[in-house]
Amino acid sequence: MGSKSSSLNKIPNAQELMQETGFSAAHILRLYERFEFLDVDQRGELRPEDFGAIRELSMNPIGDRIISAFFSPGKEAVDFASFVRILAHFRPTETNRTRDGAQPEPANSRTRKLKFAFQLYDQDRDGKISREELLQVLRMMLEMQVTEEQLQSIAERAIQEADLDQDDAISFDEFRKSLEKVDIDHKMNIRFLS
Amino acid sequence: MTWFTFPGDNLLCRCLGISITAWLTLLFVFIIVPAVLGVSFGIRRLYMRTLLKIFEWATSRMEMGAKEKNQQLHKPYSNGIIAKESPSSLQQELQDLRGSASCLRSEPEFEMADIFYFCRRGVESILDDEVTKRFSAQELESWNLLTRSNYNFRHISLRLTVLWGLGVLIRYGILLPLRVTLAITGISLLVVLTTLVGFLPNRELRFYLSEKVHLMCFRICVRALTAIITYHNRENKPKNGGICVSNHTTPIDVIILANDGCYSMVGQVHGGLMGMMQRAMVKSSPHIWFERSEVKDRHLVAKRLSDHVADKTKQPILIFPEGTCINNTSVMMFKKGSFEIACTVYPVAIKYDPRFGDAFWNSSKFGLVNYLLRMMSSWAIVCSVWYLPPMNREEGEDAMQFANRVKAAIAAQGGLVDLIWDGALKRAKVKDAFKEEQQKLYSKVLVGEQDEGEQSDDMHLEDENQEEDENPEDESNQDSTEGQ
Repeated sequence: MGSKSSSLNKIPNAQELMQETGFSAAHILRLYERFEFLDVDQRGELRPEDFGAIRELSMNPIGDRIISAFFSPGKEAVDFASFVRILAHFRPTETNRTRDGAQPEPANSRTRKLKFAFQLYDQDRDGKISREELLQVLRMMLEMQVTEEQLQSIAERAIQEADLDQDDAISFDEFRKSLEKVDIDHKMNIRFLS
Repeated sequence: MTWFTFPGDNLLCRCLGISITAWLTLLFVFIIVPAVLGVSFGIRRLYMRTLLKIFEWATSRMEMGAKEKNQQLHKPYSNGIIAKESPSSLQQELQDLRGSASCLRSEPEFEMADIFYFCRRGVESILDDEVTKRFSAQELESWNLLTRSNYNFRHISLRLTVLWGLGVLIRYGILLPLRVTLAITGISLLVVLTTLVGFLPNRELRFYLSEKVHLMCFRICVRALTAIITYHNRENKPKNGGICVSNHTTPIDVIILANDGCYSMVGQVHGGLMGMMQRAMVKSSPHIWFERSEVKDRHLVAKRLSDHVADKTKQPILIFPEGTCINNTSVMMFKKGSFEIACTVYPVAIKYDPRFGDAFWNSSKFGLVNYLLRMMSSWAIVCSVWYLPPMNREEGEDAMQFANRVKAAIAAQGGLVDLIWDGALKRAKVKDAFKEEQQKLYSKVLVGEQDEGEQSDDMHLEDENQEEDENPEDESNQDSTEGQ
């Protein structure tokens, strides 16, 4: 482990990150330690292999999707700032935080959380979940447990339920509407210890 | 002209001579002779108690200092960075997710929201997972005056820094040379004496002496590390014709166990100093050393072990079934090879007290020599050894189940977490069987049982799912051992 100085000075742009994401100084510090821990080659950035080393993540059916959510399209590595920004989506929502229109929407708002989940489905980032994309995710979650016909019928049902404008794909608004009743704020929350 | 030597020089030489003699005599009387005879003066325990008091004082000073400066003391959390929800089953979570509106449906269906469950679990494991933290040193609550285990080392108070500086002086200036001397003595005695004993023609005399020699040398080595060991339940000590299994934290485990009894060790043939020690030791006692090429041949390994065990005059074999060093907070999967041999297994649990010096060997971070130096410059190595009652393979139990039973017993005794993961696959990919298990659970929520057909009653369906949940655990355990 070694002796690490606990000052935030080691972390680039710590103050901006705190402002932007709403993490406290203690959180940022712990996240930085975890980042360094995962970064086994000490490169200052994480690669997909570093995530792949986490056993429990490999066990997750959509593990690969979650890993690729950290990497912007085309980029092979994620630095600490991007790492924190993605994780900020999972902070509990603060309902009584007032903000004016000028401020950008916080990462952990309901909409942003939905957007994150939407992008897990929508791999080509065209703003719609096509039937094929839905099937891909279903295949990941079920693989050999169901037949191809069952997969198709499940996908069919899901699209029919959510697709309001009948274009055979689920847009972000349709996605949001179909999840109106779901308590996302609770289910996409991770309690960070302070 | 030699008459005009400075009188101070003479005095200096004499002082030096006297102090060295005194030092060596003390060493001999207080350390080597007790090691040979197997008695203890209790000095080490006194040392341990004193150290504990100092550490508590140091931590309280740090806390006071931090409060004065109004800074938050960065405490390392043994719980981790996030609070994980109590693990409810997949069914339960998905049910909550879908809300009460949909539970009246006769056929469970896929919901877009289901992905949230997997998504959150995935991100939780990125932030804090059970396994990767087992391969790094444990975090401590109170500071033990070693910078290597401290996150708060700033200049908090003069007294503390002075104390730390004193600690460094004592550890590197006094303790380290002392320990290195002892280690060299111990090892050379081991090599020389075992070789000599090996020349004796009389078999019984050779056995008797070899036991004594091994014990003596390991006792010296234990003192070389200032290891303070407490043995519990000595009546369960391993007997001839059995196998002793234990959890593995460091190569020092061997010394700790061999300090109290004679074992036949198993291992690969090394070169250099280790190789020399191995060759010497095997002359007087039947240790089992394998050539690199032989290690791959499982049948050969099993045969040699079985032959050894069958001979009741030979000492019990010492094996570490985890195959790799784990950081002493958990016990990982045991390789079933040693449990396939038909004999009594004597489990032993070793738990190190991390307050005095972290004994875990992180082989990816430190080489062996570096590790030993760190060990010898820590305050002490304190551990407890529990001898558990012997276990035998029961009727209808296969090797893997037996291994898991032993593992659970060791984990329970040592207060360690019992994990299913294979520690040796530190960097390898997870077996698909685990992923399949998750998929199976999820598919049951969606489509129910294949051969049960349609179930109109929702409650009935839920009960079926609950029973089926037990089976995937066993199946995936079996699957995961195939790659042994």
